Amino acid sequence: MSDQQNGGPLTQLALRERHVARGARFAPFAGWEMPLQYEGIVAEHLAVRERVGVFDVSHLARAWVEGPEAGEMLRSVTTFDVTSLPEGQAHYSLYCNEAGGIEDDVFIYHLPDDRWLVIHNASNADSDFERLQAVAGSAASEVTPQTVMLAIQGPEAIALLGSVLSEDIPSMQPRECAELDWQGTSVLFARTGYTGEDGGECIIDTEHAGALWDALTEAGATPAGLGARDTLRLEAALPLHGNDIDATTHPYEAGLGFAVSLDDVAPFTGREALAELKAQPRTRRLAHLAARARGVIRAGFEVREPGGTETICCLTSGAYSPSLRLGIGMAYLPAEQAKRGTMLEVDVRGRALPVEVVRRPFYRKPKDE
Amino acid sequence: MEYEAPDDLLYTSDHEWLRRDADSQDEVTIGITEFAQEQLGDVVYLELPAEGTELTAGAPFGEIESAKTVAELFAPVSGELIGVNGELEDRPELVNESPFDEGWIVRVRVSDAAELDNLLDADAYRALIPED
Repeated sequence: MSDQQNGGPLTQLALRERHVARGARFAPFAGWEMPLQYEGIVAEHLAVRERVGVFDVSHLARAWVEGPEAGEMLRSVTTFDVTSLPEGQAHYSLYCNEAGGIEDDVFIYHLPDDRWLVIHNASNADSDFERLQAVAGSAASEVTPQTVMLAIQGPEAIALLGSVLSEDIPSMQPRECAELDWQGTSVLFARTGYTGEDGGECIIDTEHAGALWDALTEAGATPAGLGARDTLRLEAALPLHGNDIDATTHPYEAGLGFAVSLDDVAPFTGREALAELKAQPRTRRLAHLAARARGVIRAGFEVREPGGTETICCLTSGAYSPSLRLGIGMAYLPAEQAKRGTMLEVDVRGRALPVEVVRRPFYRKPKDE
Repeated sequence: MEYEAPDDLLYTSDHEWLRRDADSQDEVTIGITEFAQEQLGDVVYLELPAEGTELTAGAPFGEIESAKTVAELFAPVSGELIGVNGELEDRPELVNESPFDEGWIVRVRVSDAAELDNLLDADAYRALIPED
């Protein structure tokens, strides 16, 4: 949560003054000055679970790849077969290295007229864009500075977006994307998110972004910061690149096999290694751990056998879950220990906290029970 | 932002407060200040020792976990821990909502009353609170 780029000045958000006006407390994240929280992480988290929240996620890097070859170009660097993605659909995918390690996780939107938008993590923005340029050359262009990206999430998000942004939104399906007209400008909208809730993400030019933020918050969306974004995504068991997945982990052990297409024959970076990894038995898996006593487990804490002294692994993520009111975390456990029901311990500064391997996600919406 | 610091309490530079009992001068109640809870953010768990534990002035005796971080609690004075606020087990947010009252953390029987002289009065403490 705090990998600041060395030394350089932080990039400020286009909507910074609006965040200040809402009482934001800022923190550096991947070279950006980001709202960590406004009224408080727990209140913002619960607002998203129970009603609707709005996040400024403009730090996410946004790049276009355009032209009749764009789909094939993207296919050559990402694991998911985006050429099978119909126009108006978005999908999660990965950039892998030749060994099958995950260099970044991305979202790819397929828009009409051979236009594709790729969303990168802020911390990997430069290397990701170089990767695109290597295959697409001048067909790739970054639009991060000229646009603002807002995520509107929660059980009331779609109704709110339907009244504020476009009446077309409520009939859109999950992962559908479209360019919508709003107050004389174009808003790129996708029914996607990173919280485990329904909702969507909007990309809009900076000139009109303030008016959209105002309209969303006036209609009842609670501003939510990176703190709540992290607890929400962890409850939803969504991995964070740099924590739970990185160049040394592969998609299958991370539970991301759905983002890798091997059924077609198209070559892409990492294909051979991934085919081999898929065929091999898993030696370890990203497991989901829930505390079975009071206490908070956090990234980097050591995991052990009950009563044991040897470190099995370290938590890749960990937090207090505001919805479940207990500590939750993720860790790569040896396959035999990654099974649901396994009891382990986490070392909380010298205190052994019992944890249990549970199924994902940690949090399920009430209607899913 | 102006942070509250009631005149009738004593304070430490670690942003804890201490209230002397009206009827028993060697028993005190200890908590964290409004400024401290604001800095921590949502308090979600407190790790506290059992009653009867001897505390040493200046030494850590417990931990306070918030949604985003963890901080040590330091004993403002030496003495025996004679009570912990059991309400905080289910409602740790009381530390945020009512830091000087319902969000009190522990009670201590002071072993050396002279240590109280080392603590700050409200004016001295207010001067320590950083400007936002």
